[in-house]
This record gives sequence, C-alpha cells and structure tokens, in this order.
Amino acid sequence: MTMTSETQTTVRMPQTPLAEFWSYFIQNRGALIGFCFIVFIVLLAIFANFVAPHHPHEQFRDFILVPPAWAEGGNAQFWLGTDGVGRDILSRLIHGARLSLLIGLVIVSVSLVLGICLGLIAGYFGGFADVAIMRFSDILLSMPALLLAIAIVAILGPSIVNSGLALSLVYLPHYVRLTRASVLTEINKDYVISSRVAGAGALRLMFIVILPNCLAPLIVQATLGFSNAILDMAALGFLGLGAQPPLPEWGSMLATAREFIQSAWWVVTFPGLIILVTVLAFNLMGDGLRDALDPKLKQ
Amino acid sequence: MTETDKSLLVVHNLSVAFGTKDNPFKAVDRVSFHVEEGEVLGIVGESGSGKSVSSLALMGLIDFPGRVTADELRFKTTDLQTLNEKARRKITGDEISMIFQDPMTSLNPSYTVGNQIMEAIEVHQGGSKKERMTKAIDLLRQVGIPAPESRINSYPHQLSGGMSQRVMIAMAIACDPRLLIADEPTTALDVTIQAQIIELLLKLQREKQMGLVLITHDLALVAEAADRVVVMYAGQIVETGPASEIFKAPKHPYTQALMNSLPESSEGKDRLNALPGVVPGANDRPQGCLLNPRCPYATDRCRVEEPEQYGPRGRQVKCFYPLDESGRPTV
Amino acid sequence: MSEPIMNQTASAESTKKAPIMSGVGLKQHYPVKQGFMKPPGLVKALDGVNFSVEAGKTLAVVGESGCGKSTLARLLTMIELPTEGELNFEGKNLLTLDRETRKELRQRIQIIFQNPYGSLNPRKKVGSILEEPLVINGKLTKAERKERALNLLQKVGLKPEHYDRYPHMFSGGQRQRIAIARGLMMNPKVVVADEPVSALDVSVQAQVLNLMMDLQQELDLAYVFISHDLSVVEHIADKVMVMYLGKVVEYGATEDIFTHPQHPYTRALLSSTPRIDPEHRIEKIQLTGELPSPLNPPSGCAFHGRCEFANERCKVETPALKDKTGESSVACFGIDENRLPYIDR
Ligand SMILES: Nc1ncnc2c1ncn2[C@@H]1O[C@H](COP(=O)(O)OP(=O)(O)OP(=O)(O)O)[C@@H](O)[C@H]1O
Ligand SMILES: Nc1ncnc2c1ncn2[C@@H]1O[C@H](COP(=O)(O)OP(=O)(O)OP(=O)(O)O)[C@@H](O)[C@H]1O
Ligand code: SF4
Ligand SMILES: [Mg+2]
Ligand SMILES: [Mg+2]
Repeated sequence: MTMTSETQTTVRMPQTPLAEFWSYFIQNRGALIGFCFIVFIVLLAIFANFVAPHHPHEQFRDFILVPPAWAEGGNAQFWLGTDGVGRDILSRLIHGARLSLLIGLVIVSVSLVLGICLGLIAGYFGGFADVAIMRFSDILLSMPALLLAIAIVAILGPSIVNSGLALSLVYLPHYVRLTRASVLTEINKDYVISSRVAGAGALRLMFIVILPNCLAPLIVQATLGFSNAILDMAALGFLGLGAQPPLPEWGSMLATAREFIQSAWWVVTFPGLIILVTVLAFNLMGDGLRDALDPKLKQ
Repeated sequence: MTETDKSLLVVHNLSVAFGTKDNPFKAVDRVSFHVEEGEVLGIVGESGSGKSVSSLALMGLIDFPGRVTADELRFKTTDLQTLNEKARRKITGDEISMIFQDPMTSLNPSYTVGNQIMEAIEVHQGGSKKERMTKAIDLLRQVGIPAPESRINSYPHQLSGGMSQRVMIAMAIACDPRLLIADEPTTALDVTIQAQIIELLLKLQREKQMGLVLITHDLALVAEAADRVVVMYAGQIVETGPASEIFKAPKHPYTQALMNSLPESSEGKDRLNALPGVVPGANDRPQGCLLNPRCPYATDRCRVEEPEQYGPRGRQVKCFYPLDESGRPTV
Repeated sequence: MSEPIMNQTASAESTKKAPIMSGVGLKQHYPVKQGFMKPPGLVKALDGVNFSVEAGKTLAVVGESGCGKSTLARLLTMIELPTEGELNFEGKNLLTLDRETRKELRQRIQIIFQNPYGSLNPRKKVGSILEEPLVINGKLTKAERKERALNLLQKVGLKPEHYDRYPHMFSGGQRQRIAIARGLMMNPKVVVADEPVSALDVSVQAQVLNLMMDLQQELDLAYVFISHDLSVVEHIADKVMVMYLGKVVEYGATEDIFTHPQHPYTRALLSSTPRIDPEHRIEKIQLTGELPSPLNPPSGCAFHGRCEFANERCKVETPALKDKTGESSVACFGIDENRLPYIDR
C-alpha cells in the first residue's frame, strides 16, 4: 500500500510508563532515601522473629531501665536499653514496626478501596448519589479527625481493630473527594467518549477505562496517608485507646514510658524517634511520587 | 532588502538552547533576520520549529535553564544584549510589544478591561486618571470595539475571543510601539474573525508605520499579509525572501513541500502531495541537513554535511541544491 | 483486497440513491443555569437540522465555533439523544428501535475526534485500545482480536511493533491514525470525523487526509466531515452543509458552494479563508460584529446583524431552507426576493 511509505515512523524508543516513572523517581534524592528506609523497615518487620535479639514481651527482671549499650552502665545485650519492666526496647521497636506497618496498610487499604468506589459512583453517576456521598464526606470532614476517631473508639471499645476501623472512616473522605475530582475531569475526555461509542457499560467505564487514569494522585495520597495512619495510631495508642499492653506498638510504648521522661530518656526517645523517621520517610516518598507521576499527567 | 543602520531590529545568529550542557537541545539555532520600519515580516513553520521561542528570546523572556546567545541583537541603535534587566524592560514595553496566541488567558480575569489598559498606559506614560481613561476609550475605538465607553467596564469573560484579542491589541499599541510581535494572533479564532483581526493589525501597522512580525503556521495567511517571509524548520531558518517570490517560486524543498501539501495546491487531484515523516523532536534530529530524511532530493552529501545559507542577502536558502524556477533542484 | 473483515455486500451502485444515514428536524436544546434567581435559559445548539449522507461519499459540515457542529456529531453517534427529530440509519429510525438492535446498529457509526492527545486512553497500550470495541461486543477469541488489530494497524500505515506501545510514544499524526484504526475495528458504515486534522501540522494533515480518502474508497465509507477549514473541505467533500447558530443556512454540492456561494454568510466565509495563490483569492468581505450567543439568538434571520444585505423583513421573519436548482438549498430572503447583487441570472 502506498500510504506506508508516507509514515516513515520515527517513534521514540519505547519506554514503558513504569520505566519512565522510575527514571524520574530515582532522580529525587529525598524520595530515594525515604524509599530505602521504608524497604529497610518493611524487611525488619517481616523478619522480626529472626532479627530481634529478644522476645518483645520477655521481662528481664534483673535489667530494669538499663541504658543503651554505648551509654554509661549500658549492657551489650540490650543495644537500646530496657524499659520499666525490663523488656528489650530494640526488640519491641522491631516487632512494633510489624504492628504499626500492618495497621497502616490495613487502614490505608480499607479507606482507599472504599473511597475509590464511593468517589467513582459519585463522579460517574452524579445526581442524588453524588449529593448523598459528598454530604456524608463533608460531615466526616467537618469534625476534627482525632476527636472523631476517639469518639468512635469510645463507642466500640478500645482495641487495635476498632481504632483501625475508626481511622479508616476518618480518612475516607479524602479519597472520596480526590477520586471524584479526577473522575469529573476524566469523564468528558474524548477517550472515555470513544469507549462509550464502542458500547462500554458503566462498570467497564468506571473501573477499566477511567480509574487507571485517576490513580496517580491517589497513590500519592495513600503514601502520605500511611504516615498519617501511623501517627494517629500512635496518638490513639498513647491515649490508651489503641493497642493494649503488652502489645509492642510504637504509640503505646511511648505512653507507658511517660513516667520515665525525667529519669530514663531512652525509653521515650527511641519510640519517638522511630515514629518521626518513619513518618518522614513516607512523606519524602510521597513527595517524590507526586513529582514523578506528574510529568506523565501533564501529557 | 537587507539590513542597514536604520533597521528597526537586527538579529544575527540567535540561538536558544535547553537541556543540559553536555546534551543541549537547540530550540532555536543560529537564526538571523531583520525588521524594517513599516514592514510586515512573516515567520512561518510547523509546530515546534522554534517560532515562539525566538520571539520570547527577543523580548528577554527566556528563563533559566534556557540559554540565549547571539552575535547581534540590536533594536534601532541599542544593543539589547548589553542592557541591564531594567533598561531592557523599558525598551520591550515602550517600543516593542507582543501579542500572544490565546486572548482568553492573556487577560487577567479579575480586572476590567479598562483597568488593564489604563495600567499599561500608566506604567509607560503616566498621566492623570482622567487622561488615561480617555486614552483607553480612544484605543478601544481604534481597535474597532463598538461602544467603547461602556465596554471599558466589562470583564474579560464577558468578551468573545475576537473582542479579547482586540483588547490585547489595544494594550499592545497603548504606548505607540515601533515594533509589534504577534505570535499566532488568530490561531484560536474563527476565519471570519481572523480576517477582521488581521485587517485591523495591518491597518494599524500602516497608519503608525510600525514594524510587524507576524508569527503563524498558516502559509496562506502569511502569503496574504506579509511583505517578507522567514520559513523555519526544526529551529533553523531554511528560506528567507519577499513573500511574492517565495510563494511563487520556493527555493527550499521544505517550503515547496509545505505549499504542495496544502489542499489548495492539489485541486482536482484526489490525493494530496503529503510530505512524509514528522518534524524531528529533541532526540531524533538527524545529522547533516535537518530535512534530509524527509526530503525528496536528498543526496549522500545532505546526510553528512550541513548546508549553509546560500544566495544573495535577502533571498537566502539553506540547501545545497536550491530549486530553480520550475521547482527542480539545481546541481 | 482479500480482507476477510470487510463484508461490504451492497454494491456502490445500489446504495447510490438511498442515503445510508439521514436526519430529519434534529433539535438539541440544552437548559443552562443563568446565575442566581434568574430563570434557566435554553441553548438551542441545534435547531431543526436535516442531513443525509450516502455510502462512499463525504458530507462536510462547516461553520464557526459554537454553531453546533460537535453537537451534531454527538447526536449522530448517539452519545447524546436529540431533544426532537429523527435519525435514520439504513432506513430504520435509530431512536425508536429497541435497545438491542440500536446497540447493534450503533456499532456501524463511529467517531474520530479533533484532539489526538485526548482521544486515546493514556494508560492503555495501542493493542488494547484497538481491541476494546471487540472485547465489549464481540465473540472473537483473543488471537482473532489481535489479528484484526494488527491488520488495521497496517491498513492505517503503522507497524506491527506499534501494537505494544503506549499512546504517548506517538506523534499527533500517528495518534490520529490509531484513532482512525479504532474507529474501523467494528466495520462501520459511517464515520463521523469532528475536526480530525485541525490539530495537526500542514504536512501531517495531508498524510491523514490521504489516508482517510484511501480508506473511504477501499471500504465504501460514508464520512460526516466536520471542519472549519474550507480549503480542506473543498478538497475532501462531495456535499457541504454550512451552519450558522444551530441552523443550516446553505446546503449543496461542493463544486456549487465553492464556485457560486449563495448565502451571504457562505460567501463571507469563503472570502475570509486565506489563499496562497493570488489567483484563488477573492475580494475580502469583512463581516462586522461577532457571532451572536446561542443563548439569546437574534430575532428573524440569525445572521441579519452581520449581513450587509439585511432588510426589515430579515429582522423579524426567519427564512426557511428552500430548495434551489439541483440538490442545493439556501435559507435567505435575499435570494427569494432576488436582491443579492452578486447572484446574476
Ligand atoms: N522551556 C522550554 N524547555 C525546553 N524545551 C522547550 C521550552 N520551550 C520550548 N521548548 C522546545 O522548543 C521547541 C520550539 O518551540 P516553540 O514553542 O518555539 O515552537 P513553535 O514554532 O512556536 O511551535 P507552535 O506552532 O506549536 O507554537 C519545541 O520543540 C519545544 O518543545
Ligand atoms: N452540554 C451542553 N450544555 C449547554 N450548552 C451546550 C452543551 N454542549 C454544547 N453547548 C452549546 O451549544 C453550542 C454549540 O456547541 P458545539 O460544541 O456543537 O459547537 P461547535 O460548532 O462544535 O463549535 P467548535 O467549532 O468550537 O467546536 C455552543 O454554544 C455550546 O456552548
Ligand atoms: S539540503 Fe538536501 S536534504 Fe536539505 S533540503 Fe536541500 S536537498 Fe533536501
Ligand atoms: Mg508557538
Ligand atoms: Mg466542536
């Protein structure tokens, strides 16, 4: 056919979206550090049983409030010292990572999945469904997050599951709004209309055609949401509404360490530090993701 | 026509590079042209050929990481390159004005049209509020806006595209510039409105004896409106000359191909004479003459060596084998 | 051609007279909010449009921005249903058919959009973009779908290796080729092209127009070609329909419209189109004023505010589209009253 000669295709070397994303992402030093740290923490959490020197609940009666190994009076057996009942802080932190990350993951997944579904319905169908869903989100948003979580936990009773549920509900509106906004911008684009002309039904349009194009901001929000979840979970734990002793959760570790703030700094410092660093790592990675996903969005 | 000491604007070997130092992308590559008082210079080329970047570079509007270099960049007798920021801005506001493609986004939506014109007058000429108001109304009348006394209080969203472009022109001529650069001033408008706006620009240009640089991708528009034409391809000028000569007998294969691919040129024939391929992007510029992969006349020489600008001043072609009157390459 | 895909049984001869698709009195009115406390207004985006297009022929729809061209495209492809009117495809009124048949017939009418950057799903590979209509409607196996997609890729001048690439790896012209291939996947009879080359460079525009003309010949497609560029229309169209503010003001064979435009608006449109060859240029007719808003259209003939030949009657009465000699028709009192100086009899 004659027309093939007209094309003389000069297509750029194919680079999959993933490869392109990765090349942008690794240019951002902060994001890379955050990412590495998160991988490190996740590995620790997975292999906690092998990595941790002691069992997190084991109480060494002879070694109560031992300072870190390098400090005066430290013991090489307990790198980061022990707490008020003689448990090894390092081991508790490592096992705590498992708990905190798992909770973060569950909270984020629950609110992300629910939020995406509600947001898609609101954005795609509009009308009454939209009004109902958005007013419900507005009501949730109008209350201070932590206060709302506390109220829910107070009703359901303090436990790690209940506080997880409460936090999922609290974060839900952010995902709903974000999804709905992206759906509204995508839904009138020509590619969606072409799919409609091709005869695609509502479910296909929502989940297969539109959703993949709304994911970028959601991924960023989910990453940042992870750090929020860890932080708020720690706050609930600190208030005694989350994980119950002796579970090694970072927030509740802080809570039980309150009485030693003056006398034994390490009991408070290390849980506080690990919360800080983890949250920071997630935020750095979230920012990096946003930057890396953006140039694709602009195209 | 060639440049003289009296030329309004002289540009010599202007280059603009983006990207890293080791791997620069020359969006504009050794571009030279000049504009005389009272003439219309048309710059044509397909998308990405560097038309907008060249004009922005003239106005000093290329930000880091873009790097602008030139052998000469002279407005009247002033060397634009040696000026400091402030003096340059004074010249580019007072004596050189620019109009952009999208009239809807070039106006600030939060202020009335009158406010924006009066501000433009205040910055460069001053005067009392009343004087500026009278001047603004007068300007609106000059650009053919009906009932300017009441229009002056409207907000940009209350105006149509054509009206907004008229307001932009009013602002651009507020300080009686000697040179007006219009970057695709009618691309966003309908043909009947385009005809009105072009007519208006040409009328103002004649009345005020301004130099007008008309940038567009529409060959036919340039053919109708411009005195002299510069054809650009992938950041370089490939052909310059008087409009009447270029469109009657193009000397560069690219100009010829562009003209031939217009539906107007293949009347009666079913298929159009399409030029194969696309304009090379940042990463796939070929060696030698940039047109060689698409050029029907390319030889081995074109694939290795880059042609210079050949021909007399004022009618130059960047091709080893400029086309003769009958449209065939000379050897 | 030994393409197994194309089952064009009807010969070009037998379909010549009966249009494959036609519309009668199509209206599309959109209610719009006009701010607080004001009653909602009504935008008459289309106000009684008739059209017809035959297999293998091209009907061009021209007119200025906002005159309802895209609205017509949305009605033809049934992305929207009209407020009023009839839409016939192969002799059946699409709007009164039952869901199943309508869904079936709808596949025969496909659309190509203006913006090649927005019309392909950026997260899908070219292969799955092309196969989507088949996945939704078809009973073909995976291998058959792929074969079909590769076949069409080749037909629009792309290569098999493009099957696994993402849209952002292609230039504007290539994307438009992909969009055309997608439109052809379901063996359409009618292709509605809404400014298919407006966003492309001149040289690429010619490539895409050539492709469209080749495909039309090969597959006996009917095109509804929407454009505001008259020089393109002149080249590709058989019939031209000129619209102004939701109404058809002139309709006729391309040749007639371009050599003897009747309606003052058609004439102004033609004279405003820039021409490269001085011999093709005609004296510019400068229209005064702007396109009025469809929200409160002028009374009488919608064009009277910009028309140099308007008289008192034009301001009050609305001219109807009247048949002229042959197949052309015009809506203008000036013609009825025989007072347009440029029409010599
Ligand atoms: N800030 C920038 N950074 C990097 N590249 C740029 C920048 N601005 C422009 N370019 C590139 O420079 C080239 C020339 O762009 P330019 O805008 O001048 O084209 P143009 O001729 O005006 O095209 P159009 O007709 O589309 O307006 C393009 O390839 C463009 O991608
Ligand atoms: N969903 C809608 N609601 C209200 N008004 C609409 C809607 N869709 C279109 N319109 C209006 O209908 C009129 C015709 O629009 P349409 O998009 O068909 O114009 P067009 O001829 O395609 O213009 P263009 O050349 O700019 O694409 C416009 O005034 C537009 O504002
Ligand atoms: S130099 Fe060679 S390749 Fe370039 S335009 Fe002339 S003939 Fe064509
Ligand atoms: Mg530009
Ligand atoms: Mg449109």
